[in-house]
Amino acid sequence: MKIRVKINGAWREDDVAPRLLLVHYLREVAGLTGTHIGCETSICGACTVLVGGQAVKSCTMFAVQADGAEITTIEGLAKDGQLHPLQQGFWEEHGLQCGFCTPGMILSAHQLLARNPHPTREEIRKGLEGNLCRCTGYQHIVKAVEYAAKASGK
Amino acid sequence: MPKCKYDWPEAGDRGLIGESIDRVDGAVKSSGRARYSYDVHPSGMLYARMLTCPYAHAKITSMDTSAAEKLPGVKAVLVIQPVGSEIQWAGDEIVAVATTSEAAADDALRLIKVEYDQLPFLVNEEDLSKAGDRAKPSAEQKSGDPDTAFKDPDAVISEGYYGAQVITHCCLETHGSMADWRPDGKLKTWSSTQSVSDLPGQIGEGLRLQKVDIQNSDIETVCQYIGGGFGSKFSPDRWGIVVAQLSKQTGKPVRLMLERDQDLEVAGARPSYYGKVRVAGKKDGTITGWDSDTWGTGGMGPSGNPPVPYVLEGIPNQLKKHTRVNTNIGPSRAWRAPNHPQAAILTMCALDDLADKLGMDPIELLKKNIDFAPEILRQAYVEELDKAAELAEWKKYWHPRGDKTPGHLKRGLGVSIHTWGGRGHASTCLIAIHPDGSVDVKLGSQDLGTGTRTVIAITVAQTLGLPVDGVNVMIGDSAYPKSGASGGSTTVGGVSGSTRRGAIDARDQLFAVVAPALGVEPTQLESVNGRIQVTGDPSKSLSWKQACAKLGVKTIEAQGKNPGQCKLGDSGVGGAQIADVTVDTETGLVKINRMVAAQDCGLIIDMKTAESQVYGALTMGVTYSLFEEKVMDDQTGIMLNPNMEFYKLAGIGDIGELVVHMMTGPGYDERGVIGLGEPPVISPGAAICNAVTNAIGVRVPTIPITPEKVLAALAKGGMA
Ligand code: FES
Ligand code: FES
Repeated sequence: MKIRVKINGAWREDDVAPRLLLVHYLREVAGLTGTHIGCETSICGACTVLVGGQAVKSCTMFAVQADGAEITTIEGLAKDGQLHPLQQGFWEEHGLQCGFCTPGMILSAHQLLARNPHPTREEIRKGLEGNLCRCTGYQHIVKAVEYAAKASGK
Repeated sequence: MPKCKYDWPEAGDRGLIGESIDRVDGAVKSSGRARYSYDVHPSGMLYARMLTCPYAHAKITSMDTSAAEKLPGVKAVLVIQPVGSEIQWAGDEIVAVATTSEAAADDALRLIKVEYDQLPFLVNEEDLSKAGDRAKPSAEQKSGDPDTAFKDPDAVISEGYYGAQVITHCCLETHGSMADWRPDGKLKTWSSTQSVSDLPGQIGEGLRLQKVDIQNSDIETVCQYIGGGFGSKFSPDRWGIVVAQLSKQTGKPVRLMLERDQDLEVAGARPSYYGKVRVAGKKDGTITGWDSDTWGTGGMGPSGNPPVPYVLEGIPNQLKKHTRVNTNIGPSRAWRAPNHPQAAILTMCALDDLADKLGMDPIELLKKNIDFAPEILRQAYVEELDKAAELAEWKKYWHPRGDKTPGHLKRGLGVSIHTWGGRGHASTCLIAIHPDGSVDVKLGSQDLGTGTRTVIAITVAQTLGLPVDGVNVMIGDSAYPKSGASGGSTTVGGVSGSTRRGAIDARDQLFAVVAPALGVEPTQLESVNGRIQVTGDPSKSLSWKQACAKLGVKTIEAQGKNPGQCKLGDSGVGGAQIADVTVDTETGLVKINRMVAAQDCGLIIDMKTAESQVYGALTMGVTYSLFEEKVMDDQTGIMLNPNMEFYKLAGIGDIGELVVHMMTGPGYDERGVIGLGEPPVISPGAAICNAVTNAIGVRVPTIPITPEKVLAALAKGGMA
């Protein structure tokens, strides 16, 4: 089936199998490997991307369902070579170790801040409940999101 | 004492060392540019998958792969275990396919027909009475006179049953690799591994066992980024050999990553450990005897033998029995601090019960008996217990067993101490200073996310007087000089040792070139703040760039090695942790309020990555204490929860507040660098068990402490 999607600002068209998952489409067809696969079953959030501005676990969605949509992956977050405040925050506040969960964490946090620019620590924890990390201990992830909330200065 | 040439700088002169420095790979990871093994996708790459055995113990009686071979898209079918093989666990690999798409691989596996004769199996070992001849007792170990110690009429004796379940590693990135066997006969693998330098040799050996000819020197392994290892990714594993065979057979690059269910079933398990323990003590709290009868399983292989009594190893009058139980649950692997968390649970919980019997504060009991710990750590333990107690507000919140506050929410605190070795491994590096001032450091090490790249950059930068970004760290490739595997918390000691020595030698070569221009002897120079200067006199100096320009067209190269001259590291660390929990006696839910860790690890190179190890370890500890378990079904012999929905990891809302304190300064720093990855994951289990007991007044004997177990313990005699 033919689909047309706008990924990180650029439209592209591909012929995909109906059973191809969005995450596999992004990684294997579009070559955007920043979106990771952790659990394969919509638990860990490593595959989170933005579809129409909404955070979606891309292993729960078929590529054909994204036809016509605008998708943002982790590769599309930095603008003009400038890291997004969330990316800067995860770096400076040490919200990552192995980095495998990081793209998904950042995109979930992106949605959280879009809804609530100044979340409390509790709200951050609530907002990131759908993302798992095996390495960091989470505490610095909370700090990374706080950093971004401050840096965006809204 | 005369200073040895490679020694770490004295306090006050350490510059970057010990500061909180951002990790050098932060931007690459947070922008999605870090490439993990399964991100490597050369054109024409094939996808491999494996058919696995659905039975816990079985013999293969027939196999038919012909339909799969005819399926469009299938490029190779490889029988891993032929008819007649005896399979010892469900999930073991039988046949592999390489296909042009992942979907075709799944279709092909469905077409393969394998028949089995099922054989008797055992998959649960907590009830030892059901183990039959699967139980393999080892010889009893005895020291002193335990009989008399336990018969002493004045002795206070506590008795209990404690245990830790089998858990998996559940790295967020599963195991696997991409292999490319090129027409020139050379094999390159992109492997998710903790052991970049050693992998080619292991792959070569594995291939030759399969009668595939290759020399180790024709194999290269790359691992720039890895999504966690925790002890489960030291070897190429069978799938690491299979993928190379498939690549050779098809003439194409082939990727084989385990799927999550396979990963949880076969690619990582920590052995269980259960035991009945008695401890004898005098009324003043002095421990006088230890008696333990323990058992556990590591699948069909060794179950490990956790060192009890833990930390207080010098307890007199010991009697110990241990029984290994062979089960069909899949192989065990080193799990972050092998054996120690289990040993801590049995020991620290038993001591907590003794403290309760004596009417003593458990911290006082530990301190009273600290002379039974290795001498080098005694002082550290006392300081760490005091620090942890202060940070956890122990005096305010600890109470004798059983929170008497009315209502269904009961709060409690529990303590544990731990130890680990962590001596630096063998490591070789090559350091190059180029005429343009750039500096390269190459070594076949790997960064599991712990911060190895950053530690290397800081070590070399500080030694050369450069900023961290003035050093180009190149690791993750077996083509670089050989450096040890990342296990046993040996990496930081190994790579800091080799790169410190290499950087000093490279610097001295540069001094020799520059000295004439400054009109002094090389020994009178120092490299600080981006300059080479006469020691203490910035007016007689060259900038780093000017100095390097004097090299003309020649690059300086120096090799660094660990171990080597001068004492740059040591072995043996301690730590104390306190858990603060609230238990809901109506639902049985345990909530972590706070986890406090006081940890030593000698000289710290990067405070930020060091603390981060402890934060992460605390969370991993909460996870295995409350949630994780490899649940095996007695009826079918298979794992019931091979997915991350039911193999649950703690989420961001489950961990409470984490408080980390690193012990530094005199008494710690001068020991040099010691590893840290493992030790802080040891105590959370015991500390949480003791905290729950302190809250509800009755012990939940085994982890994970599930609501069901809490309610059962309360029903037996708690304070609900
Ligand atoms: S891979 Fe999609 S949620 Fe885990
Ligand atoms: S940083 Fe490794 S899983 Fe989150």
